[in-house]
Amino acid sequence: MKRWLPLFLAAVAAGWAFSAWRVPSGRTDRDAAIAEFGRLPIVFSGRVQPFDSLARNSLLQIRGKQSANYEPWKGVFEKPQTASATEWLLEVMCQPSLAHTRKVFRIDHPDLKGLFGLPADGDAARQDDGKHYSWSQLEPSLEAFKKTVSEVPENAANQTVFQKAVMRQHNAMTLFMRWQNILQPMDATNVVAEYAAYEAGLPAGVAAFQARMADQPFDTNALTATLTHAQRFMAMDGMETPLVIPPAGQGRAASSWQRMGSALLDPGLPSELLNHLTGRNPLPEARFADLIKSLGSVKMKAAVGQYARLVDAYRAGRFPEFRQAVEAYITALQPDHAAELAKVRTEQKFNHWAPFYKAILLYMTAFLLVGFFWVTLSETSRNIAWWLIFIGLLVHSLGLVTRMLIEGRPPVTNLYSSAVFIGWGAVVLGLVLERFWRNAIGLAVGSILGFVTLIIAHGLHGLSKDADTLPMMQAVLDTNLWLSTHVVIVTLGYASTYVAGFLAILYVLLGLVTKIITPEMARSLTRAVYGILCFATLFSFVGTVLGGIWADQSWGRFWGWDPKENGALIIVMWNALILHARWGGMVKERGVMILALVGNIVTSWSWFGTNMLGIGLHSYGAMDAAFFWLLAFIGSQVLLIGGGLLPQRLWRSWQGAAKSAAATR
Amino acid sequence: MLLRLLKPLTSLKLTVTLLALGIALVFFGTLAQTTDGLWVAQSRYFRSWFCTWSPHTPGWQGLILPLPGGYLLGVSLLVNLIAAHIARFKFTARKSGILLAHLGIILLLVGQLITDMLAVESQMRLTEGQAKNYSESTLYSELAILDVTDPKQHKVFTFPEARVAKKGDLQIPELPFTLRITDYWENSDIQPRGPRSGGTPQASQGIAERFTFTQEKPTRTMDARNVPTAFVEVVAQGASKGTWILSPFASDESILVSLSRSFANQMGPELGAKMFTSLSAPQRFEVGGRTFEVHLRAERFYQTHSLQLLKFTHEKYIGTETPKDFRSRLRLENPERHESRELDVYMNNPLRYAGLTYFQASFDRIDPRVTILQVVKNPGWLTPYFGCALVGVGLIIQFMIHLVGFIKKQR
Repeated sequence: MKRWLPLFLAAVAAGWAFSAWRVPSGRTDRDAAIAEFGRLPIVFSGRVQPFDSLARNSLLQIRGKQSANYEPWKGVFEKPQTASATEWLLEVMCQPSLAHTRKVFRIDHPDLKGLFGLPADGDAARQDDGKHYSWSQLEPSLEAFKKTVSEVPENAANQTVFQKAVMRQHNAMTLFMRWQNILQPMDATNVVAEYAAYEAGLPAGVAAFQARMADQPFDTNALTATLTHAQRFMAMDGMETPLVIPPAGQGRAASSWQRMGSALLDPGLPSELLNHLTGRNPLPEARFADLIKSLGSVKMKAAVGQYARLVDAYRAGRFPEFRQAVEAYITALQPDHAAELAKVRTEQKFNHWAPFYKAILLYMTAFLLVGFFWVTLSETSRNIAWWLIFIGLLVHSLGLVTRMLIEGRPPVTNLYSSAVFIGWGAVVLGLVLERFWRNAIGLAVGSILGFVTLIIAHGLHGLSKDADTLPMMQAVLDTNLWLSTHVVIVTLGYASTYVAGFLAILYVLLGLVTKIITPEMARSLTRAVYGILCFATLFSFVGTVLGGIWADQSWGRFWGWDPKENGALIIVMWNALILHARWGGMVKERGVMILALVGNIVTSWSWFGTNMLGIGLHSYGAMDAAFFWLLAFIGSQVLLIGGGLLPQRLWRSWQGAAKSAAATR
Repeated sequence: MLLRLLKPLTSLKLTVTLLALGIALVFFGTLAQTTDGLWVAQSRYFRSWFCTWSPHTPGWQGLILPLPGGYLLGVSLLVNLIAAHIARFKFTARKSGILLAHLGIILLLVGQLITDMLAVESQMRLTEGQAKNYSESTLYSELAILDVTDPKQHKVFTFPEARVAKKGDLQIPELPFTLRITDYWENSDIQPRGPRSGGTPQASQGIAERFTFTQEKPTRTMDARNVPTAFVEVVAQGASKGTWILSPFASDESILVSLSRSFANQMGPELGAKMFTSLSAPQRFEVGGRTFEVHLRAERFYQTHSLQLLKFTHEKYIGTETPKDFRSRLRLENPERHESRELDVYMNNPLRYAGLTYFQASFDRIDPRVTILQVVKNPGWLTPYFGCALVGVGLIIQFMIHLVGFIKKQR
């Protein structure tokens, strides 16, 4: 029993963790069709991605979650009506009037609620939870809100907490407005009929336009009809929506995708021409003459009509037809866009699988089991914890690899992925330590660091630009060589410094309040911390200098005293200081531990604090929410350092073994 | 005896103290960047022997924290390291890693010192089709006197800005006149001067008729530069030929480009172009049958080779403002070596040539045909590569020795 229980539980955990890899096809035609729609490729943030990702990342910015709850006033057990992100986005795009009534805007700041005249407290009878509101509730106060927005200073550093909340709300509402124009003009009633009428009138309209430009008699009605349509499509295009219409032909780059608006305009009066006529972007005369001559020679892309049918079917609730339209579209894409379809499919699966979320739960459970082991010394619970962390690490690793495959990049490309990778490195180190000492300390450090860093990553997701964690790299960072060496190594330096620091946390905490730290355990802990610090020094040094070499390759300056560079340098110097202090006999067991605690502060400063200064190449903006947590963490480390400095007769672990402890010091 | 003198310099306690001070310096130097700007903070904290830090929080400004500067710490660490190796270290296989790592550190420290003293950074701005055989300083100006009597071959005489700042008479035996600097402003601004404006022009000749200059407080931030102005008088054979105003406002290509844009915006295209022509027209005078031109312009670094911009590409990711790629297609000509070839300079792919490195640095926000290359002369650029390799290998050797020993003991 005792031997098989851990293995059995491990199998159960693995089954649970990997089962979600398949996107469920749904119980009804409707659900299946929506899931199928979620895998359609679009271009946004400069990359091909599925509608599913756009929908999740948008909801994340609007309500802080990746799915929608249409009845937020109901408790979990009252079965509130929920919707997947794709379902919500479909509604926004196809049935905006219905989407306006959904309470998806999360507002917490009381003054912001006041500005919109919203009830501050929830009341289930009023169908209100005091946190989530619908567009219809916000719309009446739009003018007042716009005025407030216009008063917010541009530089985020000069904004008050309220103003920051205003800007977040502004971003959420703008997204909501823009997304209503992805597939049709937001006020369209019958998109199939509208597009058909436009296409039918095009030949006459274009001819009339050409005649007018040549100062010849023209058909006023035909021209007016075409221009009226064109204006609507231009307005759509101006919303800077994602690009949904793929280029015809194989192997065309993401740069030749089009917005629905431009795709509609091209066969008639292309936006280049309209921008010239409205004076927005004047053209050279020769180009203008060419354009006039070539009008009407472009054919409407098939995808326009396919999307129109799909929107119409969804709006009217004809789900079998909707599903057929989606499948027909995918089939039509297959010959020219097979690679993109496959990539986007993987991303949708990855989104649904949510490996890092699963790893969080596994690590957390494992940590609780480690606590149980320390209380009861039950070897079984330590074994189960080991297996859970192992499964967690598997999910974590596969998640990392999948991200790398989707992005075509090394594991760390932004702050979000650095958190995921630091956690991964820490868990690996934790398991290695456990192999040596088998006292659950490695398990504890691995699971807690894996857990915390993944939570941090989760928090960073919403703070990323467009809430996209797989954004394109700007030109200077567009080099896999340096991303895979400098960034990966420096991040491993962070991870190992944290592992040493968290071992020190355990040493102080367990030593102060429990009797777990025996003199022998204290010795092995010190050795572990020392050994890990050696490698932390190696990684952080080599990583930092490689960063300098990268900078030298990019703009000829090995060291620019950028805050992030300085942060990394401080980690290197701190680790070197600990090693030298120990070699010189200035610190021994407890001293090393206390210095390693300071290492936690130093590393957190470098990882996050430097970004909050808002200067330099490495500053990524929007870090206010994290500031509180950084201070809280630093505060906790200061407390632990204080605890570590308490005289040893106050340490519970040393009270019993005072004499042998004295001998080891 | 020598060893005993060295003793305090070799101690690990000194190392630890220096490292701790270094951490404090880097930390406060980083904080200072938010208030003082990158450039000032760098020179105050890292390129100095001593410095002080004060908080900017209201009520705490009086607090002054003295710190050793970057030079002092760097040199002390170097001395400590070298002294320790001379006095204490005996070479054994077990310590080979440490020795290598420390050698690497020495190389890095010395390399950075060399870079700090010898590296020169400048920029080259090129419009498509344009060729240049010089780059320009972004920080300092120079006063240039051009003998343009022979239109085919100009003779150039230059004086550094530091000399101009001292004012007084500039004389060169080859020149038949004295240039008297009557005033110099480190930073200045320019305003157009209408025909009906009252008062007399600030100088008798050249651009003074159409423009007025005002003195400004010097800036110390990284992204804004000082634009100096000098007032000069040309004296030949004891008689004054008139006074001129010299400033990069009238001589610097990138400043002129942005001025021409703002003129066009403010006064309309026609009048703007007129103002621009009167500002950019060279300021000339004749002495003894020779024609001269005077400029206060960005300090130039001439090379024997030239670069011509053939094409500049600047791509963004679609639907975003994120730059995807910017690159300059260049033609390199070196008559001395009979070299003429085309090449690309783009992000992370600089051109290293004749001791200089050309980097794709920037572009003009408005004119898509303009590239800006960063030109760096740094004789110590290779030291970090070797330093890093030495430290990396050294640490790996050392820690592997530890680790293998540890694992053996565990078994």
